[in-house]
Amino acid sequence: MEPVAAAEPGPAVLEVKGLVTEFPTRHGPFRAVDDVSFELRAGQTLCVVGESGSGKSVTARSILQIVDTPGRITAGEVLLHRHRTSRGSGEEETIDLARLEPRGQAIRAIRGRDIAMIFQEPMSSLSPVHTIGNQIGEVIRLHESVSKKEARARSIELLRQVEIPTPESAVDRYTFEFSGGMRQRAMIAMSLACNPSVLIADEPTTALDVTTQAEILDLIKRLQVDHGMAVMLITHDMGVVAETADAIVVMRHGKLVERGSVEEIFYAPQHDYTKMLLQAVLDLDRPSERRLARRAVQAIGGPVVEIKGLVKEFDLRHGFMRRKGHVLKALDDIDLTLNEGENLGVVGESGSGKTTLGRCLLRVHDPSRGEMLYRAVGGGVADVATARGNGLERIRRDIRMIFQDPFASLNPRMNVAQIIGEPLLVNGVAKGAALRARVAELLDVVGLPASAMERYPHAFSGGQRQRIGIARAIALEPRVIVADEATSALDVSLRTQVLDLLLELQERLGLSFIFISHDISVIRYFCDRVAVMYRGKVVEVGETEEVCTNPQHGYTKALLSAVPHPDPRHRGMLGRHRYEAGR
Amino acid sequence: MLLTYIIKRILWTIPFLFAVSIVAFALIQAPPGDYLTTFAATLAQSGDMVDQERLEALRTRYGLDQPFIVQYWKWISGVLVGDFGISFEWQQPVSNLIWERMALSLCLAVSTLLFTWAVAFPIGIYSAVRKYSIGDYVVTTIGFLGLAMPNFLLALVLMYIGVVYFGADVGGLFSPEYQTAPWSWAKVVDLGKHIWIPVVILGTSSSAALIRIMRANLLDELNKPYVTTARAKGLSEFRLLLKYPVRLALNPFVSTIGWAFPQLISGAVITAFVLSLPTAGPLLLQALLAQDMYLAGAFILLLCTLTVVGMLVSDILLALLDPRIRYR
Repeated sequence: MEPVAAAEPGPAVLEVKGLVTEFPTRHGPFRAVDDVSFELRAGQTLCVVGESGSGKSVTARSILQIVDTPGRITAGEVLLHRHRTSRGSGEEETIDLARLEPRGQAIRAIRGRDIAMIFQEPMSSLSPVHTIGNQIGEVIRLHESVSKKEARARSIELLRQVEIPTPESAVDRYTFEFSGGMRQRAMIAMSLACNPSVLIADEPTTALDVTTQAEILDLIKRLQVDHGMAVMLITHDMGVVAETADAIVVMRHGKLVERGSVEEIFYAPQHDYTKMLLQAVLDLDRPSERRLARRAVQAIGGPVVEIKGLVKEFDLRHGFMRRKGHVLKALDDIDLTLNEGENLGVVGESGSGKTTLGRCLLRVHDPSRGEMLYRAVGGGVADVATARGNGLERIRRDIRMIFQDPFASLNPRMNVAQIIGEPLLVNGVAKGAALRARVAELLDVVGLPASAMERYPHAFSGGQRQRIGIARAIALEPRVIVADEATSALDVSLRTQVLDLLLELQERLGLSFIFISHDISVIRYFCDRVAVMYRGKVVEVGETEEVCTNPQHGYTKALLSAVPHPDPRHRGMLGRHRYEAGR
Repeated sequence: MLLTYIIKRILWTIPFLFAVSIVAFALIQAPPGDYLTTFAATLAQSGDMVDQERLEALRTRYGLDQPFIVQYWKWISGVLVGDFGISFEWQQPVSNLIWERMALSLCLAVSTLLFTWAVAFPIGIYSAVRKYSIGDYVVTTIGFLGLAMPNFLLALVLMYIGVVYFGADVGGLFSPEYQTAPWSWAKVVDLGKHIWIPVVILGTSSSAALIRIMRANLLDELNKPYVTTARAKGLSEFRLLLKYPVRLALNPFVSTIGWAFPQLISGAVITAFVLSLPTAGPLLLQALLAQDMYLAGAFILLLCTLTVVGMLVSDILLALLDPRIRYR
């Protein structure tokens, strides 16, 4: 086996030693970062990995002392060895950032100049009411005495470096006129404005599609090589780590669990938690054994839902006599069949129409043309596209939905019993004591104690909330469940658990799933067949393994090659396939 | 883009003003009877008998027996060329009566609005940034007092304090020697000496409301990710605050012009009575009581127009301030 091509380790530019950051609470101080030490070297990428709540973001913010109030650093050192960077004057100059006054001039001169930062959500991390050029120029003018005109010229040059088309006009545009990927490019341009020696990227690609993610990671890598920066990349995605890291720090509950080179962590992990994280990722990267075993016993039946020539148009015309804008074809002539007891995956980037497809099937949206034939238990066939009144109500009892966001999809003012009981109550299935008994039973099915009934959603973690959402979806004993990104908001270790729960329910209740996701590995684990969507069309349908290993369509190839592999020996990003169809 | 928006917005006010004029006219016609019935009733109260035939003759002369639409047409076609009709009660053209009072009302409203902003803006920012500090609590308490206290009460209290402790001349907007004098620089100075009392009185409750709005808006913005981004750039806290969160919190602040303006003008009536200010409010009330149709109509129409213009100004300011509105 060839070793991982690690960058030549440069001198340590930033050293974090025994860092402790605390948030005072009513029950005493809460240690968000607890005795964490690591170092960043010039030209190297350090990945900080951990699940939500592990304190990785707070660590990053502690370095620049921009932790949200009332959090503050209570112990430890953050040493910036300026003499080892291009900004150094030659003399030994080491600054302990943790000692500096958080609002003072000294630390402000370092922020954005020596150490720059990129954030997760490119939409909300840039001001919506200032132009891109204004926000980039601001950093330059803040740290260097240059004229407005010069700052503008440099902003344009930076936008060109991050490959934003027509930078001369882009500089005067606002963030909401850009796509997510373009916004993140602008954000990167902003962070590079003063040639920082350290770049901290906090989940820079989490909000982006895989193809865009690959481009942004590419860009960061290229710029790192050009500028010789030390990069600290915070992520929860082991695939991203495997693609980019030279060194790795694993965090959990604010503590540093393990640190080492990419080789050490991936091929000889010491700590159980690291092993568990890696295993969870590896588990997902292949078909579920449980599913395969089940299919051997019980074959997939005939069609339950047949979608034929489905079209959904959104009228975006506006202005006088509706002459401006256009009609958006979100779904363009879709043909798909879901069979009894089958898991059908729908994969694609944001804007490909996959969510619209799910919503049409539940008649949240009324389709423009085409039919969706639903075969009920008795053998009767109804067209979901045109059903109304009682007919639609009956179909809606049989086709249910699980939502993406376990936080937003549960009403915070209703307790769990009310949330799960609502469909039963609305459809007049049960009430009173019978309703409570049924809710308790449903909670048991999804692995939650009956005592959960009286509590409100905020008392539960993300994974538990998603279980509540699942209990609500199966309350009416449906036959088809549309799961729209049902595991995207969950940590990796929870994903397999939730998917296994869904498989178990499938066995017990004879469910068929339409599983919408942008995440290939989840699809591979869970789905028997997969449909690949691109700009409103299904470009490829087939057995999941077949599509994953031998994709036929150019877009599928591009999508698959953009997925970061959780194996640092198979870094595939640079050799990835690109696909761009003409509009 | 911006210009089209503004032109479009201005054009929209034309049909809107037309609708407003109909509603205004319908409103002053709404009470049963007309000026002459009220006139007859007043005479009857004082023991005079009115000759029915004379009333009918007057009614025909004033056109009060004609249908609504005809009366409206007569009125509005006059208004368009600047003729607001004749006040029954004062027996002189309405335009002679209203302009000075409207101008003073407008002057009072604008000064109050400026005062309100000058007070609410810095205090609102302070109490958001120093949330739950002693200063915040003090300001909040004063704010609630200002909100809860009726304007006329504050007017009485201030008048008392003004007269007893400062010996100031507190009624009206002018000293007696300037009341009927033609406009001059000295009269303007005299106005300045008097106007602050009503400005403070009227401004207190609306600044209290605005402080709360500013504080709430800013608190929402202060923890947004773009603030962290700006901090990570190395901006100082003060510059950062003014450039990013305050700028975004201003949106609802500017929208308040739309509602604060008419509120100031109509809310000023009672205060104007208490302080005997020569503004539009008291005269409007009198005209309404007497069913002096054309006088009341002119006032209501002008007040509505001011409101519409206030909305227009706030919309245009919003578009200037927030590009997202322009592009929608």
